[in-house]
Amino acid sequence: MTPEQTMPQATGPDFDDPNAPEFTAYGGDWSEIADEAARLGQQRVVINMGPQHPSTHGVLRVMLEIEGETVTEARAGIGYLHTGIEKNMEFRTWTQGVTFATRMDYVASMFNEAVFCLGTEKLLGITDDVPEKANVLRVLMMELTRIGSHLVAIGTGGNEMGATTVMTTAFIGREDTFRVIEMLSGLRTNNAYIRPGGVAQDTPEGFVDYVRDMIPLVKQRLDELADIQLKNPIFIGRLKDVAVLDLAPAMSLGVTGPMLRSAGVPYDVRKADPYCGYEDYDFQVPTSTDADAYSRVILRLEECYESLKIVEQCAARLEELEGAPVMVADKKIAWPAQLSLGTDGQGNSPEHIKHIMGDSMEALIHHFKLVTEGFKVPAGQAYVAVENPKGLLGCHVVSDGGTKPWRAHFRDPGFNNLQALSILTQGGQVADVVVAIATIDMVLGGVDR
Amino acid sequence: MGIEESAPPFMLGTVESFVGWARAGSMWPATFGLACCAIEMMGTGTSRFDISRIGSEVFRGSPRQADVMIVAGRVSNKMAPIVRQVYDQMADPKWVLSMGVCASSGGMFNNYAIVQGVDHVVPVDIYLPGCPPRPEMLINALLELQEQVKSTPMGRNRREIAAAAEAAALTATPTSDMKGLLR
Amino acid sequence: MSETQDLSGAAPVAPEGRTLINVRQGMFGGPGGDTSGYGGLKRVIEMPGATERPYGEWFDGVVDVLEELLGERAGEAIQYVVVDRGELTLHVAREHLLEVATHLRDDQDLRFEMCLGVSGVHYPADEGRELHACYPMQSITHNRRLRVEVAVSEDDARIPSITSVYPMNNWHERETYDFFGIVFDGHPALARIAMPDDWVGHPQRKDYPLGGIPIEYKGAEVPSPDTRRQYR
Repeated sequence: MTPEQTMPQATGPDFDDPNAPEFTAYGGDWSEIADEAARLGQQRVVINMGPQHPSTHGVLRVMLEIEGETVTEARAGIGYLHTGIEKNMEFRTWTQGVTFATRMDYVASMFNEAVFCLGTEKLLGITDDVPEKANVLRVLMMELTRIGSHLVAIGTGGNEMGATTVMTTAFIGREDTFRVIEMLSGLRTNNAYIRPGGVAQDTPEGFVDYVRDMIPLVKQRLDELADIQLKNPIFIGRLKDVAVLDLAPAMSLGVTGPMLRSAGVPYDVRKADPYCGYEDYDFQVPTSTDADAYSRVILRLEECYESLKIVEQCAARLEELEGAPVMVADKKIAWPAQLSLGTDGQGNSPEHIKHIMGDSMEALIHHFKLVTEGFKVPAGQAYVAVENPKGLLGCHVVSDGGTKPWRAHFRDPGFNNLQALSILTQGGQVADVVVAIATIDMVLGGVDR
Repeated sequence: MGIEESAPPFMLGTVESFVGWARAGSMWPATFGLACCAIEMMGTGTSRFDISRIGSEVFRGSPRQADVMIVAGRVSNKMAPIVRQVYDQMADPKWVLSMGVCASSGGMFNNYAIVQGVDHVVPVDIYLPGCPPRPEMLINALLELQEQVKSTPMGRNRREIAAAAEAAALTATPTSDMKGLLR
Repeated sequence: MSETQDLSGAAPVAPEGRTLINVRQGMFGGPGGDTSGYGGLKRVIEMPGATERPYGEWFDGVVDVLEELLGERAGEAIQYVVVDRGELTLHVAREHLLEVATHLRDDQDLRFEMCLGVSGVHYPADEGRELHACYPMQSITHNRRLRVEVAVSEDDARIPSITSVYPMNNWHERETYDFFGIVFDGHPALARIAMPDDWVGHPQRKDYPLGGIPIEYKGAEVPSPDTRRQYR
């Protein structure tokens, strides 16, 4: 074996015995297979889990080699949701790119939009020109989405371990955050609300009070989740000291987010490299040193409470910023129309349509040019990162000076964290694989893009 | 004043309508989430929308126990054979609900990776537009599907109606010939 | 996987430290987009070129340390340095990539613990250096981020794998191989990751079509996005 082959790998070298007998099982003939394997003195069984499996968080495929109930090798197969989003973005304008980006990690869509818009703004050199209210709204939406994403992680994780109440409780809380998101953007998910230069529309009337009413409702659900889970002996038995990922493997596999923080590194991009004005908010970064699945659930719950603190601060700021702009002042970049909600959904505001159709021919030309052709972005490349609920979400954007990205590449935290699946599961029980997948909390839409 | 108090001694009806009524009441979906729509499907299953009001809360992990496959999300070329296999594993009678535009037509992802409509792979009974459709829309689609199921013809009727539908389809104007309608 | 091969020679050197993206003719850029009838305009579009010292911020220090560690190979290894939009980009010759990566990770003044993946970019007009691989490096200790960029030609698209230094790049290199066809020598299992195993071609290269189909509805046809007239 060469030194390269002995180093830690998420995907190890191929099994190198060409003479190993192979058993294939379909349907209900497991006992025959097991008998045959026992007759031959073979203990090694390879089973395939997914891509259609209720506990793999979507279309993840895991190939498990088991001996009895013990996992001896685990490999993840991904790509079943590869959508070609990055290539598709090369044929759409920078503003249209947001609608593609938002559909990557569909549980935390606001972060995809934010990181792509921050990248675009960095290329344009208008990072500091984004109005304060737009930044507050971005932070508000991102934190609400973070709560929603963590609730999905905790809820579906509980459901996969057999506790449906955890899922229904978590989703009630998530629906409460959705009501606020919907009031602001008109959509539940895949919002395309954050745009290069600002956000799509201003807050509606009574919004701040609505946000304030939401906070205790979500807090109540978080309390309930903590009450029904954290002291439950079954829950503790399933999660405590399971799927342990210590600091060294976490660092060498590039794991970020709650998984890295559970291993003891308080790394959070919001604190380390603040964006959208995160340096002005008062919040903590919960960290643990237990490095197991149980500590990750606790960290996610604690992060939800911290996010609610940020949401409260956002509400206070929004009150002061009544009537402030939400788009950059540069009309060559800013989306010409203020959007408004009509009976048939979100669209251009009636005043804007009156202006371009009735008052000003130049306004119509400007609107037409900017919407069909888009704005030009100077040639160059930029890399930005935000703290997604799962970890560090990076975006590498390249412009050729035109109105469309030359290349947009996203580093999804789930893609990196999923590499740790082998280390988390090998040597453990088959049932712990589900726990490991649940606490990695990747979303396959983001992993495959 | 329910049927308990004034139960008629006998009732008349067709086997067809009785079987349709029995089938429609508890359509169990296969647990088969692909993308964004799967999250909305999960939302439909939980408390705010509560899919159990229409008898579909039992999401089955094994396709053999499921009646309806909700194709929730974009189907990639790599996933298409698996979608077909899940469909083949389901026991008859079975229905397919194509949830969202990606599953129905490829949607905004008109590219190398995505199958342009899951109807290339499995026969679809009902299409549900939206990106993603709201949970209310999914419930509506399931109710519409229940109506379809209730009126499903059986036996000789089924063959006759299928033959008539096919004959009508052969003489109908193809969509590609419906010109000049987009104004 | 493939044995480590001799990569000396044949490494393309950037002409005056520039990356050509495109040469556009006509008024509206894209082919067939010129409705004016006048095609005489010609614009050369390039990425921001090499930067002269001082680079500013902490950039000088990092490059100094790296040059000191590389010793006499520094001039050959670091082809040129670009500072643009507050980001430091080191253009590195591929045969020295592994050494540069090792220094970036191990030296206490550099300490870039994490490599945030590898992003391939295809510049068909940049002759001899068509395929670029960008490695964003993140230092948690010093809270810094820089980018290492390696360029290779389409005909000889091979870059040494850095998974021995940064195991976290395992899947990222597989992904870039899948989408761009860059072969990472020394990778433990360089297989396709997102596309099916029997897929032909590398779909995110510029010469690979988007693969959309024209949409027809009631006699009206909308061509797929990559075959429409485009304004760039």
